Amino acid sequence: MSHGGKPERPATAPGHPGKPRLGHHYDTYEQQFDSNKLGMWLFLVTEILLFGGLFCAYAVYRAKHPEVFIYAHYFLDVNLGAINTVVLLFSSLTAAWAVRAAQLGQRRLLVALLTITIVCGCGFLGIKGIEYSEKWKHGLLWGKNFDYEALHHGDHTGADDHGEAAESGETADHGTAGVADQATPADPDAALAEGTGPTATGDATATTSSAGEISNIPASAMGPPGLAAAQMVAEGHGSLEDVPRNVHLFFGIYFIMTGLHALHVIVGMVVLLWLLVRASKGEFGTQYFTPVDLGGLYWHLVDVIWIFLFPLLYLIH
Amino acid sequence: MSTTSAAVGHDHGGDNYLTASHGFRSWFFTLDHKRIGVMYLISILGSFLLGGIFALLIRTELLTPTKTIVDADAYNQVFTLHGAIMIFLFIIPGIPAALGNFVLPIMLGAKDVAFPRLNLLSYHLYVVGALFSVMAILFGSVDTGWTFYTPYSTTTSTNVVAITLGVFILGFSSIFTGLNFIVTIHKMRPEGMGWFNLPLMLWALYATAIIQVLATPVLGITVLMLIVERTLGIGIFDPALGGDPVLFQHFFWFYSHPAVYIMILPAMGVISELISAFSRKTIFGYKAIAYSSVAIAVLSFLVWGHHMFVSGQSSLANMVFSALTFSVSIPSAVKVFNWVATLYKGSIRLDTPMIYALSFIFLFGIGGLTGLFLGALATDVHLHDTYFIVAHFHYVMMGGVLIAFLGGLHYWWPKMFGRMYSEAWGKFAAWLIFVGFNVTFFTQFVMGSKGMPRRYFNYPEEFTSYHVISSAGSYLLAIGFFIVAVYLVHSLVKGPKAPANPWGAATLEWQTSSPPPLHNFTAPPVVGDPYDYSDVVYDPTRGGYVKGERARV
Repeated sequence: MSHGGKPERPATAPGHPGKPRLGHHYDTYEQQFDSNKLGMWLFLVTEILLFGGLFCAYAVYRAKHPEVFIYAHYFLDVNLGAINTVVLLFSSLTAAWAVRAAQLGQRRLLVALLTITIVCGCGFLGIKGIEYSEKWKHGLLWGKNFDYEALHHGDHTGADDHGEAAESGETADHGTAGVADQATPADPDAALAEGTGPTATGDATATTSSAGEISNIPASAMGPPGLAAAQMVAEGHGSLEDVPRNVHLFFGIYFIMTGLHALHVIVGMVVLLWLLVRASKGEFGTQYFTPVDLGGLYWHLVDVIWIFLFPLLYLIH
Repeated sequence: MSTTSAAVGHDHGGDNYLTASHGFRSWFFTLDHKRIGVMYLISILGSFLLGGIFALLIRTELLTPTKTIVDADAYNQVFTLHGAIMIFLFIIPGIPAALGNFVLPIMLGAKDVAFPRLNLLSYHLYVVGALFSVMAILFGSVDTGWTFYTPYSTTTSTNVVAITLGVFILGFSSIFTGLNFIVTIHKMRPEGMGWFNLPLMLWALYATAIIQVLATPVLGITVLMLIVERTLGIGIFDPALGGDPVLFQHFFWFYSHPAVYIMILPAMGVISELISAFSRKTIFGYKAIAYSSVAIAVLSFLVWGHHMFVSGQSSLANMVFSALTFSVSIPSAVKVFNWVATLYKGSIRLDTPMIYALSFIFLFGIGGLTGLFLGALATDVHLHDTYFIVAHFHYVMMGGVLIAFLGGLHYWWPKMFGRMYSEAWGKFAAWLIFVGFNVTFFTQFVMGSKGMPRRYFNYPEEFTSYHVISSAGSYLLAIGFFIVAVYLVHSLVKGPKAPANPWGAATLEWQTSSPPPLHNFTAPPVVGDPYDYSDVVYDPTRGGYVKGERARV
């Protein structure tokens, strides 16, 4: 174990188990470790800049269309987002602990911790999948695929919409109705199913009478005070104009940011899986733990990005 | 792969890196930075040939004011491919990935770059990215211009996705090269090699690598958004969906302006080496040149808005970007001043690389100064999107980077392949390229200032003579490049064997044999002042120079 896993690989190109003598260009173990660590940090910098472009797009559109962001974010499920935040934070703890375990040569603990981290990753993706499928069901999608009917149901043939709403209301997961934590249990389901999430959050009394005829808009009037956008919404009552223009922009940004993040979660899990395989073979120990260290760093990056995504997308006020 | 690379890693039987092992796999899966550099060299020269053919098609088409050989749509595709191939497949990887990969570890005195596998991955990504671009050419082509501006790029029926995917992949190739170089320069320096013992080429490559690592990811996300926009209609850049097409320009130039310095900085590094070596004189103002490279890298991130003076940017932003743009001229001028000061009272030898270096100073001077015209807000409104700007960036990109690349190629050619090329033909071709270049592009300054717009297929009769002169110049250039290709290939077969140090240069790569052994040095190199020529003497028995007693070890 001590020599089989001699640190010879460029840390950022995982997937090629050790070969002898590849570290020939390094003089010392320390030099190699330092190089690998610096390389990994630089790689993380590029990842942050990759997401930086998206955060920049977010900032531009939020500054230009604050009303879109305030209106649209009510359709996201804060509870699920919060659960996912906790799951990822916990997985970061286990990842950091795994590095410690590798350094101390605690092989069984290392394997257990890596496994927990991967399971947490799966949990995160599962919850994300539930959120995505809800959005998909209600047509809350990006750009040209956005279904404005879902927002404007009140102005269209009521009967059809209600039938549909009742149907999907039944199938809707109660967990996903978290947006309406202030409302009565019956309403949020229907409201969500109809795509009237904002109603439910904003004002329970408005929706209690909702057979669907009263649109979501009056409720949104109860949104955060002092924001021009909220007042704009407040001024109109139940007409088409109350849905801000270009709501799909929010969902475009939401999907591209969380989608790219989810992709990074998947990549991170592959890396962790590779570490798990190597760890269970006993390749890591007090002498050699670089891959665990660097894999852990990558996982923390995935975590950190989510820490920024969660408030920016879910907790807009 | 495992057996091959193990063999590459183990085999000490061959005298040098070229003969250490044989076969396609021993090259394509090598971890040796020198072989990777050579493969990059072959690939980028292939790309240069392709881009050059497109350039000749453009110039031939423009011989007459109306259709000459291709129709308007094909013309749009040809200039797009010329730009995209030259930028992404030739100029950006040209000096860092091909020459830099080869010389960086040797100049540093290291055995290899810090991450040899990542280096190989970078090359493989380059190949994949290039294949995507070629696919774009074969299936539907692209007619957006190399800048892929929205909303046209999201609506055109041509194959934008394939080529932008290629650009995305090439971006990662570039990032990995940059990352590798930064870590190598930080961590792989041998005993005695302090930051201020680094040859200036390495300072330039270091500054380049910083930009590659910091700017390229933004290009990655930009083209990714463009791809998502085209395939899924996400609406971020689409005005019909409330998106902002100018945001694309901001994102694009946030990368692509620094990318201009990814191209020019290593070229400046090459010139610093050439000027000093062929003047046999210590470089003037070493630290000023070193720091100016870093200053250019930093400033490069702050000037992207000067591409959008007429895109509806606020006038305040325009003024700020204009002022910052002018500030880039300071470190650039520092370099030019120092090169000229190095020449002063030097023992100048006009070998082929030196002719390219002097051409560079002249052409880069013109290219840089005309940049000031474009950085000034008022004149830019007149000159924007004319041939003036085409001439400006060709003076910098081609007159600067390509000329420096050729200079570096001629300088390190004996080191890379252990053969000397024909000096007479080399000098002739260098002069021919210099003349051809100026005939082609100086004419474009004139017609641009008279109002000839860039990218137009048809043009008013009055511009005909300018276009004919410009096209004639491009044919001269083509002949020049053809001559270079012929004598370089000839030298591989029939060229006389090169000594370890044919130029009398003092940097470390000339202390090892030509071509270098597999691990670069048979004995650890002795690090000294890279520009101290006092103990470099000609040794007739070797047909080359030796540096003091040390090289005889």
